[in-house]
Amino acid sequence: MRASFSHVFNVPALVTEVPMRGCSKKGVVETKFGSLMNFTKGGVQSISVNPKHYVFSNVFEVASQSKPYERVAVGRNLNYVLEAVRSEGTSPWYAANHDEAAIVMDGEVEVHLIQPDDFLLPVGKEGAVALAREPKGQRMGWMKIHRGHMALLPKGAAYQFHGAAPGVLLIQSIKGECTVEKWAKICQTR
Amino acid sequence: MSLAPLTQVRNKAVNPPANKLVSKLVNKQGYQSFQIGQFKFERDEYFAHILYPGNRHIVPIEAFLRALMRDIAWGFFYGTVNFDRVFGTINHYGTVEMFVGLNNTAYRSVHKEYVETFSSKDLKRVFEAVIEDWTNAEFDPFGAPAETGNAYGLKQGDNLKAVQRQRLSAKRMVGLPGDLKMRTEEDGFPVNRAFADVPQDKPELHPAPGFEGQVYAVNLFAHLSRSDVTWNPSVVSVVRDSLLCATTEEFVLPVIHGNDRVEWLVQFSDEIIWDVEDKITGMPACKVIMKPGDVAAMPADIRHCGYSPKRSMLLMWENNDGTLPHRHASGELAPYPVEF
Repeated sequence: MRASFSHVFNVPALVTEVPMRGCSKKGVVETKFGSLMNFTKGGVQSISVNPKHYVFSNVFEVASQSKPYERVAVGRNLNYVLEAVRSEGTSPWYAANHDEAAIVMDGEVEVHLIQPDDFLLPVGKEGAVALAREPKGQRMGWMKIHRGHMALLPKGAAYQFHGAAPGVLLIQSIKGECTVEKWAKICQTR
Repeated sequence: MSLAPLTQVRNKAVNPPANKLVSKLVNKQGYQSFQIGQFKFERDEYFAHILYPGNRHIVPIEAFLRALMRDIAWGFFYGTVNFDRVFGTINHYGTVEMFVGLNNTAYRSVHKEYVETFSSKDLKRVFEAVIEDWTNAEFDPFGAPAETGNAYGLKQGDNLKAVQRQRLSAKRMVGLPGDLKMRTEEDGFPVNRAFADVPQDKPELHPAPGFEGQVYAVNLFAHLSRSDVTWNPSVVSVVRDSLLCATTEEFVLPVIHGNDRVEWLVQFSDEIIWDVEDKITGMPACKVIMKPGDVAAMPADIRHCGYSPKRSMLLMWENNDGTLPHRHASGELAPYPVEF
């Protein structure tokens, strides 16, 4: 009987349908991106370590199992986080005392920004804060971004996402009250 | 396997005077030889020869130049840059240890490792002189093998434009006014052949007057598709000490990178296979297979080497907090980032 890595280690097989060269056909370039509807996970093939230490997940899988705009941590480096977000419909208004950045991994999303004049976040408060309502203040403008685009979510501004269809964002931020940590549910554990 | 404490076994030499760092001797192949401390570097048509008290280590010249290029461009990077399983550098952020056999179980078991400490500035100066002299006109140490000429043979000109590239770092976000520029055709960054299908469109921006620099987005994947280097991360977004470092990878990471802190990887496109080992002993730990959308931590106690069969886009996420190496080394912080 032929054994494979996937049998031995109980993780996805090393060899998949992904082409082994840069081109799917001779001379035709095909850059492989993932999406909510079409992703294949890799994995940790342990030889002598606990795979949990590698905190392995996939942003498309996480978003496929998330509620809209649930900010699920897929990376944490002390107080810093990377959050995977399912963008679908209209999000709450958020604000933070520091810059954040949002990278669109799938789909298209609008980002609306307001310079608030009716609230101030507490000094030292870290991470994104969900606001109870749209803040009063000057409208800063909006942008439409899609896969591969990276948007600045500037310090002190309130922002709201709107996605007509489900998409996936990766947000660079600091751990805060909106950050959801459910590592055992999203990560490879053995 | 545990090894003897470093303080008991390390041969440590004294940093030499700065005016004796470089020795300009030209050999019959046309290459200069260089010296810093007790280390001497020579090259011939095929190899770099690293001479140190009592012995010599040899590395194929193409592999040596590729590794040396990263060590220079990254400013000795975070932690250890192993050129191979014997020779490398450890960054102490102001000083650098250069070693033979320090992270090699066989060398260490018979106390054959050799280490010297230099100021980062002095060692960088010597490394820059080496790469400038030893890189021939047709070879680009940053280029994928399919995109560059060969590194071997007699001295034939130089390629200063290629070897004097520096690691690029945004202060806030790439593309913002006054910050790191986006790569463009006009500035000499054509779309790489392996990313010919990557859309080059721009985000739709509608800033109100006065908010042009705040309602801001860029096409990061387009920026990456125009990268002219491989395995050379550049900072594209900064949140305090949180650095998003984007890079394009093809063929093999030219060094085995030993972490002094946790770093995270997010695979944007295609596939990279990582071989992960214990940082000190080199004992195999695991393989990490990363496909688009995958996220993985590389713990602080490992070293790793990546293989990218097709040019791919990778996000390396670093924490630039200068206290981390000590906090990991002292045991205050666990080597892995999350307990669950």
